[in-house]
Amino acid sequence: MISIKEVNKTFGKLMVLNNVSIDLCKGKSYALVGPNGSGKTTLIKSILGMVIPSTGDILFDNVSIKNDWKYREKIGYMPQIGHYPENMTIGQIIDMMKNIRKNVSEFDEQLIDEFKLFKMYDKRMHTLSGGTRQKVSAALAFLFNPPALILDEPTAGLDPVSVELLKAKILVEKENGKLIIVSSHILSDLDELTTDMVYLFEGKVHFNNSITSLKEETSEQKLGKAIATMIGQKELIESINK
Amino acid sequence: MRLLTIFTFLTFCCFAAYCNTITVGRTGQVKNLKQAIALANPGDTLLIESGRYLEGNIIIEKSLTIIGENFPVLDGDNKYEIFTIHANDVTIKGLKFINTGVASINDLAAIKVLDSKRLRIINNRFENTFFGIHFSNSSQSWIEDNQLESDAEAEHQIGNGIHLWKCNHITINNNTIKGHRDGIYFEFVTNSLITKNFSEGNIRYGLHFMFSHNNEYRENTFSKNGAGVAVMYTTGVKMINNTFKHNWGSSSYGLLLKDIRDSEVRNNHFVGNSVGIFMEGSSRIQFTENEFKQNGYAIRLQASCDDNTFSKNNFSANTFDLATNGTLVLNKVEGNYWDKYEGYDLNKDLIGDVPFHPVSLYSMVVEQMPSAVLLWRSFLVLLMDKAEKAIPAITPENLKDNSPLMKPYDLNKRS
Amino acid sequence: MNRIIKYVFYDMLRTRFIVLYTALLFVSTFAMFQIDSDADKVVMSLLNIVLMVIPLISIVFTTIHFYNSYEFIELMLAQPIDRKVIFIGEYLAVVSSLCIAFLIGCGIPIFLHGASFTALTLLFCGVILTMGFVSLAFLASVLTRDKAKAIGIALLFWFYFSLIYDGFLLWFVYAFSDYPLEKITLTLIALNPVDLARVIMLLQLDISALMGYTGAFYKDFFGSSLGVVLSTVVLCLWIIIPFSISLRIFSKKDL
Repeated sequence: MISIKEVNKTFGKLMVLNNVSIDLCKGKSYALVGPNGSGKTTLIKSILGMVIPSTGDILFDNVSIKNDWKYREKIGYMPQIGHYPENMTIGQIIDMMKNIRKNVSEFDEQLIDEFKLFKMYDKRMHTLSGGTRQKVSAALAFLFNPPALILDEPTAGLDPVSVELLKAKILVEKENGKLIIVSSHILSDLDELTTDMVYLFEGKVHFNNSITSLKEETSEQKLGKAIATMIGQKELIESINK
Repeated sequence: MRLLTIFTFLTFCCFAAYCNTITVGRTGQVKNLKQAIALANPGDTLLIESGRYLEGNIIIEKSLTIIGENFPVLDGDNKYEIFTIHANDVTIKGLKFINTGVASINDLAAIKVLDSKRLRIINNRFENTFFGIHFSNSSQSWIEDNQLESDAEAEHQIGNGIHLWKCNHITINNNTIKGHRDGIYFEFVTNSLITKNFSEGNIRYGLHFMFSHNNEYRENTFSKNGAGVAVMYTTGVKMINNTFKHNWGSSSYGLLLKDIRDSEVRNNHFVGNSVGIFMEGSSRIQFTENEFKQNGYAIRLQASCDDNTFSKNNFSANTFDLATNGTLVLNKVEGNYWDKYEGYDLNKDLIGDVPFHPVSLYSMVVEQMPSAVLLWRSFLVLLMDKAEKAIPAITPENLKDNSPLMKPYDLNKRS
Repeated sequence: MNRIIKYVFYDMLRTRFIVLYTALLFVSTFAMFQIDSDADKVVMSLLNIVLMVIPLISIVFTTIHFYNSYEFIELMLAQPIDRKVIFIGEYLAVVSSLCIAFLIGCGIPIFLHGASFTALTLLFCGVILTMGFVSLAFLASVLTRDKAKAIGIALLFWFYFSLIYDGFLLWFVYAFSDYPLEKITLTLIALNPVDLARVIMLLQLDISALMGYTGAFYKDFFGSSLGVVLSTVVLCLWIIIPFSISLRIFSKKDL
């Protein structure tokens, strides 16, 4: 569904994405993992067209996203930190979003209901806590029932009840055969939610396979342990190579 | 109109016992004008029927009254002078003169008057004439209600509208002069009264005089003339209640005063001229109760002027109020209204408490570099002028109005 | 696009700055008419506001607004909307609200006291300058990510166009006063929107002085309607060019 082809991105001298090539297929759910500053958010923003790759191309449904914007109809995006016009109320923002995507007639308001956002429709964005903002972001990402969902640190800052609600929702959408990309540091969540993993380190893809095969390779039961082992192996190989 | 004509005719018939009336024209006693003049005795009246008379140069050497009926046309055929008058007590009324000849040596005119007295040139029309009315060495005459219009394009193709040389005691009233070289031109004309004339669109000056002492100019309007009004080498001029407006150009002045002395300029309106008054070598002139509005420079006072007084004038919406080329102050500027004055009046006597410096720094810059005028009203120039106003360094410090008015004079009240 | 304009417009009204700006202009224009009954003189005083205050407020306000609406832009960018549409929408919303504020603030008192042609020209110049300086503000905003730096650039633009450039021009006229540089001087004036607007106003207010200036070229230029038409065209370029540059930068910018 989304194929990233040899994408490089530099900010000044800093190389953020280094020859990244990934194919992200419909019906799978991907965990995007990597240490801080490894380029996860940049990669997500590149897919959304907010960051423009220095070289390389990104295809969405086999069409290049360069100078295109219509493909974003098919993506629901939940940013890491939701920036919203501070003077607007939750209701206004939801209305505005609905207004922009006029061609969608059926809205998936399950999360709005579950997070009880409708009770706060009159609250202005600048009065909201970080958690509530995350709820708004999540609700907006799922609102239009898009075939692809990109969730950047979805559970960060949410209370445990909301986390469970969100996770349940993600799983439902996964069952519905949607492409789901989740970036997170909470590996236990990823273990539950995703089938595949992309491991980014210093802008490079170090691992791109199913989580089951990772666990088999490392003979670990938990994703966290499996990753740690994988990194250990890699470092070992590198030091030998040197 | 016809009744009136008959009545006039009858009236003249009654006087026939003393002086005859000869009707000239297709239905008249005499068919052409020259013949009629030859037939007439001094004191007779020639009544000219409407029509077109093409008779070359007509010389009048008798005291006649020539009256036109519905403006009969006297055509000079682009070759001739039309009337040459050399007699006292001649009246010319209600005629239309067209197409005089053009010559570079002779001043061909529609009406030329030589060495005569007590003439009346009243209510005539002049079209496409080289000189319109040309008087020399004559006196005690009236030129009234005439309309002169030409449309020459260059100075050498055209003469003056009303041209007086060496005359005295002439009254020029209510004439309209357009498109000549100089609208009104005087040389050695004295003790004359010029009132209510309208001089517009003449190629050179609306009014131009030299060596013409003790004349009075009232209620005239000089508008859109090539170089405005220029008066030179004269004493005892009175200019009252005239309007000088819209004289635009690099050497165009509302009023150019050169070597004028002991004169009075009062209650005039200078509106929209490149330079309202330009003065050179002039002294002892009183400028009072004039209005200067929307001029490029209201007054340009050259350093060669002294002992002039400017008081009770209104200056408003001029680009520059006063410019001068020297630092010596020999003229008096006092008690005027300046719209650029920003002072205060604490004792409420309607006179500003701090003096006003009418010379702006930038006007001196423009004096040096004319193209710098394009920067006028910019922030930079505003700052420069404000700084100079606070600490005068370049502008003449003593050229100031010590009692500037807070409110403009009501000039219409007195006029 | 309309939706974007609507939301930005709404957002700007919420900040109340626009309302304050309108009120300020209205009160000061009205006060000028109270102090001075001569409409032409009021226009002269307003000219200083139009040439200095309007560009300053337009450029600073727009730059601040652009950074304040970064969130909005970011939000919109993840939506199926063309980047250019977002940017043009932002521009149109800012320009129209500032222009409406100016037209209400200065226009209503002018119309109440009888609008002369000069006053209408002034309003026209004000609107054009607002648009031009909003364009420059957008340019300043896309040139850097840092808000403070962008405001600095914006202020520099303003300072350059309203003061430094004129100083340069004056020096130029002085240094080359012996040469016939009329066409070059006029071209140099066209390279500054503030100067150009000022000269259009000079044509109304100081035509007598301009006509007194020796130089057949100027006389022809100013005497004809060509001068006004040409300067209007150049002023429009001053709106379009900075905006299209900033649009180009924005559509390639990483956010």
